[in-house]
Amino acid sequence: MERIPILKMSGFLLVSIQVDMHDQLAMQLQDDLTNRIATSGARGVLIDISALEIVDSFIGRMLANIAAMSRVLDAETVVVGMQPAVAITLVELGMSMPGVRTALDVDRGMALLNASRAAGDTGHDDVPVS
Amino acid sequence: MSDADVDSDARQFSRALMVAIESGDVDVQATAWSDVRDVLARLSESRAIHGASPSETATFVLSLKQPIFHALRRRATDQNQLADLIWTASTLLDQLGLLVTELHQKAREGVIARQQQEMMELSTPVITLWEGVLALPVIGTLDSARTQVVMESLLQRIVDTGSVIAILDITGVPTVDTLVAQHLLKTVAAARLMGADCIISGIRPQIAQTIVHLGVDLNAVTTKATLADAFALALRRLGKAVTRTPPRSESASLTPAASAGA
Repeated sequence: MERIPILKMSGFLLVSIQVDMHDQLAMQLQDDLTNRIATSGARGVLIDISALEIVDSFIGRMLANIAAMSRVLDAETVVVGMQPAVAITLVELGMSMPGVRTALDVDRGMALLNASRAAGDTGHDDVPVS
Repeated sequence: MSDADVDSDARQFSRALMVAIESGDVDVQATAWSDVRDVLARLSESRAIHGASPSETATFVLSLKQPIFHALRRRATDQNQLADLIWTASTLLDQLGLLVTELHQKAREGVIARQQQEMMELSTPVITLWEGVLALPVIGTLDSARTQVVMESLLQRIVDTGSVIAILDITGVPTVDTLVAQHLLKTVAAARLMGADCIISGIRPQIAQTIVHLGVDLNAVTTKATLADAFALALRRLGKAVTRTPPRSESASLTPAASAGA
């Protein structure tokens, strides 16, 4: 059975979705990822969806769920590389995923995770201005 | 439109009409009439583009009525036959007249659709203000179709340039109702999903009042009064600052060095 690989990288978990997500695959990923966070003690999860071109409400909810579950396990999730079409679809479906942090690419996502690990708190979103 | 043009149009039309009539079919949608339809389509299109009114275009065909009726009156042997002939000719010409009006309308609609498309493309430029900072000055009313174009072009540019901050400037938006506000919020949400922050700028006092009266919640979005303020904030978020330098003599008048974020 096909699976989405989960790579460990300097204290973070990196998930790169390179195939079209179907429901079974998403459930499997949710299962695998929560197990890996628990066993590895990772403090951050990076989900790269730059190759994902089609989403439906189920996959959108799955992404939001995975992020919420990781947070419960004390690992921050950053979703990176979302395609414009996917972003528009999710917004039109009414899923703007307010609890999920996002970044443009893996590089920036890593920087975000490193910064929040350095800051020591994960719930804080933005530095207030003036 | 010159007389020569009208003359050549009339010749082409009467030639095609003659061929069609000889087929004996009196339904203008029949295949025998395809030449007539082509000629009429071409001439009503060119007239529509040159700004002729539908009635002017229809008159081109309907002006045939008088000469045809005259000819029929001379040919007809008795009253009953004349009435029948005139009825057939009249129906035929009315059909042609309606056809021309329809074609004219269609051509005008084509022109309008094309202009709309051009306007839409013209009015949604995405500008790179700085490395990592995009600006999108929205001009005109935001409806669903335009929002779609604005959203798509902005998101595509975010991917292409790897920008982390996008400024939506709505100085040129005349009114903001709940629908427009919703469209703006959708754009902001989509940009955020991709990992870019959005700042909305250029909210005029009346629009600020309207937004609050309508009960639209813009708390989740950073808003600034002017594009300059938004740009200053963007630079600050990127950890950059504009500083004052000693003015150089040759360009002193050109650099009223402002200090943003200092």
